[in-house]
Amino acid sequence: MDLNDTPEQARYRAKVRAWLDEHASEAPAQQDEDDPAYVTARRAWQGKLAAAGLAGVAWPAELGGQGLGAVEQVIVNQEISRAGVPGVLDVIGVGMLGPTIIAHGSDEQKSRYLGPMLHGDEVWCQLFSEPAAGSDLAAVQARAVPEADGGWRLTGQKVWTTNAHFAAFGLLLARTDPEVPKHKGLTMFIVPMDAPGVTIRGLRQISGEAEFNEVFFDDVRLEADAVCGPLGGGWGTALTTLMFERLTIGLGSESLGYRPERYARAIAGDEHARRDPEARRRLGELAVELLAVKFTGYRMLSALQQGQIPGPEAGLAKVTTVRSAIAAGDLIADVLGPGALDEDGEWAYMISFLPGLKSAGGTEEILRNTIGERVLGLPPEPRLDKGIPFSELRAKERAAVTSS
Amino acid sequence: MNLELTDEQTFLREAARDAFSRVKTIALAREALEDPAQLPDLWPTACEAGWPGLLVSEERGGAGLSAFEAMLVMTEAGRVLAGVPLLGHLPASALLDGAADARTEAVAEGELRAAFAAARPPGDLGGGWTVEPRAGSTRAAAPVLADDGTLTGTVAWVPDAPGAGVLVVAATRPDGAPVAVAVDAPGAGVTVEPVVRYDATRALGHVSFDGAAADVLEGVGEEDLARAWFLAQALLAAESLGAVETALSVSVAYAKERFTFGRAIGSYQAVKHGLVEVLRLRENTYALLLYAGWAYVDARDEFALAASAARAAGGHALDVASRTMISVHGGIGATWEHDAPLFFRRAQLSRRLLGGVGEAADRVAGELMRAV
Repeated sequence: MDLNDTPEQARYRAKVRAWLDEHASEAPAQQDEDDPAYVTARRAWQGKLAAAGLAGVAWPAELGGQGLGAVEQVIVNQEISRAGVPGVLDVIGVGMLGPTIIAHGSDEQKSRYLGPMLHGDEVWCQLFSEPAAGSDLAAVQARAVPEADGGWRLTGQKVWTTNAHFAAFGLLLARTDPEVPKHKGLTMFIVPMDAPGVTIRGLRQISGEAEFNEVFFDDVRLEADAVCGPLGGGWGTALTTLMFERLTIGLGSESLGYRPERYARAIAGDEHARRDPEARRRLGELAVELLAVKFTGYRMLSALQQGQIPGPEAGLAKVTTVRSAIAAGDLIADVLGPGALDEDGEWAYMISFLPGLKSAGGTEEILRNTIGERVLGLPPEPRLDKGIPFSELRAKERAAVTSS
Repeated sequence: MNLELTDEQTFLREAARDAFSRVKTIALAREALEDPAQLPDLWPTACEAGWPGLLVSEERGGAGLSAFEAMLVMTEAGRVLAGVPLLGHLPASALLDGAADARTEAVAEGELRAAFAAARPPGDLGGGWTVEPRAGSTRAAAPVLADDGTLTGTVAWVPDAPGAGVLVVAATRPDGAPVAVAVDAPGAGVTVEPVVRYDATRALGHVSFDGAAADVLEGVGEEDLARAWFLAQALLAAESLGAVETALSVSVAYAKERFTFGRAIGSYQAVKHGLVEVLRLRENTYALLLYAGWAYVDARDEFALAASAARAAGGHALDVASRTMISVHGGIGATWEHDAPLFFRRAQLSRRLLGGVGEAADRVAGELMRAV
């Protein structure tokens, strides 16, 4: 068992740290992402990171990356966090959508899109979830209809779209054949966000901020080369993205800021709470879980180094992180009193953000189903949608609602 | 970074699993509820496998292995509820080895069985070195080593004390400074009172010293005594992990084969989510044991935090696992017809030993706040 860097990794870390030490002063200070000037500064900073080889660390070298492994990516994440500077702005693009295009895209798509994505010149967004297709993602209804010249017409609505308001492109899961069972009639598309018929609307969250958007597609014209991956094979393409999503979240957990030391500092700063057995026990119990997440992350990394891909059980770390951070916010508000909910303070945003995070990337309940079935081998929930053409399924659902 | 088991660790674990599989430990644990004489003596098994000397350096006849290897063996013991007196012996053996005590080789061989009368070190809020009281929540002062070299005081609920040939005691000098001593047992002024146990597989004793002759373990300092306390915490966590894994696999197997309303009960979300919760707590405990094993060697100043976190996680995991085991099995799970009550008893007693899981969580908070 060894948690330490190999000599080679230590050299890499030193190189990364040296670059960050030299350039940290050029990084933009943390601000609200609603501010367009800040977004511009973050994009420029991403460009510098990419030029220095600190973005797309695990991307293949011939596609602009460094051709290194997950461990080096984590080393970069750790060093960026240590330097106290922001990382890549387009985590969704560089961490999830880029790797999907690398795996499934055409050579033309790779050479057109990957470079500008990596350098922050073009930010991307993920257009998967819909109002009626979240955890049950294969239920998407956004419809792409083929045109005579090989192009497509797209109509539908997406939701929870991070960064859509400044994204140049989106990777969109659409239904291309409603007459086959739901997982089979899907295709992935690359959509220019400035195309006529695309409307973006901010979605305010509990915190009052709008980090997500709703995106409406009203008869949007797409060219034939917008298809990414096989026609009708969109579900497989989406699974690739979701696998990289697990990886990105798993490897980035340390930079999420839900660290036990941070919460301990807040409690230690209150003279009564520091000595109060109940506050100490609550802090201890949530810290135990966050420490476990940290070492679960190392386990995942170690497995990656042995060439294994993290399975659905990696999702348990997300469940643990969210519930522990919720417990931390609750404890801190109990200790600090109403002032903890001051919108300009350190804690109000976290307290407001976490209830939604519980459902992000699939609800906790569905995640527990998946892990129960795929990891523990428990029998599946009875499913009423198996093998039924999507159009028929929708008709049945509508009939059930009308008759009740 | 590599957190996979080495070939040697895998071999150690498989050998332990194999050794325990030759005894029907769980069946005998049930019989021992009524007749403690039914408990198998697993010490010869331990000696044959070389476990008594696991933490003793090679120069004194041990295997020179580390805390994580000891945890692997404890996990296998816990998996089958084996009553093997390693929880008391291993921390004691490490302290004797640290002092190069003359008894160390016999202890490493297993000819002499040791037990550790542990004291909890002071935390971030100060306080002295305290031991388990016989009853209640007020901790007792550790035994005191008088200037004439005799030891006086009581430590309650000492794991594996009955029958041990040497007791390693975390004591204090009259001024409160900690000191490690060894006391031969039986001996003049030494009383070990076996305690009636809720979990028959767990040997416990109240240990009293009344002017007993004690040998100071020279070279064993305050940090070593604290490490021995936290090592015991980690070993207890590892033992709990094994029991959690059995409770989970037995429950999952039953949830697949038991049908109600035409469906296997494991297909119901209420049952499925409960079992996934046990898996989640299992994963957390294992991750923290890795942390503790690593910190013991490579981050000594984090070992108190890591071991306490593992203890809190393991204790909670076994509590939830044993309760889930009962509820998944329905009414039968709450009867002596089933193994579930044995896991429940193991969970309830283990969580209250050596300061209890609440103290472990408090220590995690204290260590983190001390660091900021």
